[in-house]
Amino acid sequence: MSYSNTDGIMIGLEIHVQLNRLKTKMFCGCSTQYHSSPPNTHVCPVCLGLPGALPVINQKAVESAMKVGLALNCEIVEQTQFHRKNYYYPDLPKGYQVSQFDYPIVSNGKVAIEGEDGELVIRIRRAHMEEDPGKLIHMGSIDKSKGTLIDYNRSGMALLEIVTEPDIRSPKEARRFLDKLRNILEYLDVFDSDLEGAMRVDANISLQGGDRTEIKNISSHKGAERALLYEIMRQKNLLRRGEIVTMETRHFDEARGVTTSMRSKEEEHDYRYFPEPDLVPLRVKDRTEKLLQELPELPDAKKERLISQYSISDMHAKALVSNLKIANFYEEVASEVNPKVAATWIADVLKGELNYRDLTIDACKVEDIVQLVTMIMENKITDRSAVEVIRTLLDSGGNCMEIVEKKGLVKVEDNVVEQAVDDVLGENKNAINDYLNGKEQSLNFLVGQVMKKTRGRADPMIVRDIIANRIK
Amino acid sequence: MITEEDVERISWLARIEIDSSKSKEYAEQLNSILDYFQQLEELDTSDIEPTYHVDDLVNVLRSDDIKPSFTQEEALENCENKKDGYFKVPGIM
Ligand SMILES: [Zn+2]
Repeated sequence: MSYSNTDGIMIGLEIHVQLNRLKTKMFCGCSTQYHSSPPNTHVCPVCLGLPGALPVINQKAVESAMKVGLALNCEIVEQTQFHRKNYYYPDLPKGYQVSQFDYPIVSNGKVAIEGEDGELVIRIRRAHMEEDPGKLIHMGSIDKSKGTLIDYNRSGMALLEIVTEPDIRSPKEARRFLDKLRNILEYLDVFDSDLEGAMRVDANISLQGGDRTEIKNISSHKGAERALLYEIMRQKNLLRRGEIVTMETRHFDEARGVTTSMRSKEEEHDYRYFPEPDLVPLRVKDRTEKLLQELPELPDAKKERLISQYSISDMHAKALVSNLKIANFYEEVASEVNPKVAATWIADVLKGELNYRDLTIDACKVEDIVQLVTMIMENKITDRSAVEVIRTLLDSGGNCMEIVEKKGLVKVEDNVVEQAVDDVLGENKNAINDYLNGKEQSLNFLVGQVMKKTRGRADPMIVRDIIANRIK
Repeated sequence: MITEEDVERISWLARIEIDSSKSKEYAEQLNSILDYFQQLEELDTSDIEPTYHVDDLVNVLRSDDIKPSFTQEEALENCENKKDGYFKVPGIM
C-alpha cells in the first residue's frame, strides 16, 4: 500500500506541553497543584510579575526538557539562554513571556510513527522552554462582554514547546504523531495528560499551490484531526475555484468543527525578542550522560521486549504499550498466568471496556484479572461469561470470584449440557428436519435453545459441535 | 528607514496611543537614533565572543521545592478591580 498525497499536503505541528509533574513552576517556588484550588492562590511576586521580583530557573524543569529532547532523539545545545517575548495581553502579568529564541534547549530530533503507508519519520525541528500565561475567563457573551477575569495560578507553569518539520501528510498521521508524543511524555513521567490544558496544539498546513495557514490552540488530538480535515477541505475548495489561500492564523471552533480567520499575516505580532537580563545563560550539555542513564524504557523498546519476553503478537504488544499503566498492569498479570492469554484479554477486551466507560486501568485489580484468566484457562467459565465478569467488575465493583458465584457463571458440567441437548432435540423435531433439509439457521436456533436451558453457561461453540454431530 | 506607518504600527504593538500629527516627528527622531547606532556597525566584531549576560555566571538554578505562595487576599491587595478572587479587567476578546 502506498500513499501518493496527491494534494501535496504538508503539516507541521507545534505542541505546548505543560511539565505538570514538576512540584513547582518554571521560575518560582509556587506549587503546580492548582487545578482544584481557588483562583490566585498559587501566585507570588515572580509569577505575578511584581516589580523587583527575581526569577530563578527550576533545575528539574531544565532536566525534564532535556530528557524529552533525548527521548525524541534531539541534540542538546551547548549554551542557551532565555528571551523576553513581548506582547500585551492580560494573561501575561509582565507584558512579556519568558521564552527561548535562537538557542532552544534541544533541536534536530526525529520520531517514527505508523504512517499512511508504513513507518514515517517525523523530524523534530526544536523544543524550547517557556512559561505558561494565566487563565482568562470572559464574563457574559462574546459580543456583550462585561469584563474579563484573570486567574494567575497557571502563570509561570513550565512549558515545553515542541516544533516538528512539516513532514506530516494527513490528519490521521498528525493524530498518530500526537498520540505517540503523549505516550513518550507519559513514559518520561514529565507530564500528566489528564490535567486540563496539559497539551495544546498549533498546526501549520499547506497544500500544493497555496500558502500556509496556522490553526491555533487545539485542545485535543481528536480536535487536531478534525481541524486539519476541515482546513484541507477549505483550502482544496479555494484552490479548485482558482482562489488564493492566504497566509493567516485561524481558530478552530471545536463545537462547530470549523476553522475561522483570526488575523492575517499583516496583523501578525512583532514580538521584539530580547535576552532576559534577569536570567543568566545555561550550559548544561554535560548532564546528558547522567540523564541518558535515567531515561526509562520507552514505548518502542518496551513493545519489542514484550514481544520477545512473552511471545505475544505485535498487535497486542502495541495495544499494551500505548498506555504505560496498562503495560505495567499486563506485566503483573503475565507474571502469574499464561502471558499470551493475559495479553488477549487485557489488550482485546479489558482495554476496550475501559475506553467505552472512560475509565483508566486503576479501576481494575491485578488479582481479579489473574483469577479470571485462570478460570478461562481451566475451562471453568466461557469466554462470554468472562466478558460479563469484566463488565460487572467495571460497572458495579466487587471481585471476580464473587461475581462468578453470584451470577452463576460457573460453566455447567458436560453431562448437564448433554442432557440439555437431549431435551432440546426431543422437543424440536421440526427444526431438526429443517436443518437436515439444508436450512442452516435452524442449527443456530437449536444452539440457542440449549443456551437458554443452561442459562448461558454452556460454551456455544461446543454445543454447536455436539448438536451437529448428533443430527447429521 | 522608519516610516510614519511604522511609527503607527509600533505604537499599536506597544498599546501606546499617539497623536497622528506627531508621527512624522517621531519617525524623524527614531531614524536619527538608528543612524547613531549605525556607526556601531563599522566596528569589526568578527573575533569577539558575544556577551550573553553582563555577569560571567552560568547555571543559576534552584531545586524543585515548594515555597509558600501568597494568600488570595495578599495577591489581590494592590488591585482596584477584582471579583470573586479574580483580577478584573475590561472585556478582552
Ligand atoms: Zn510564583
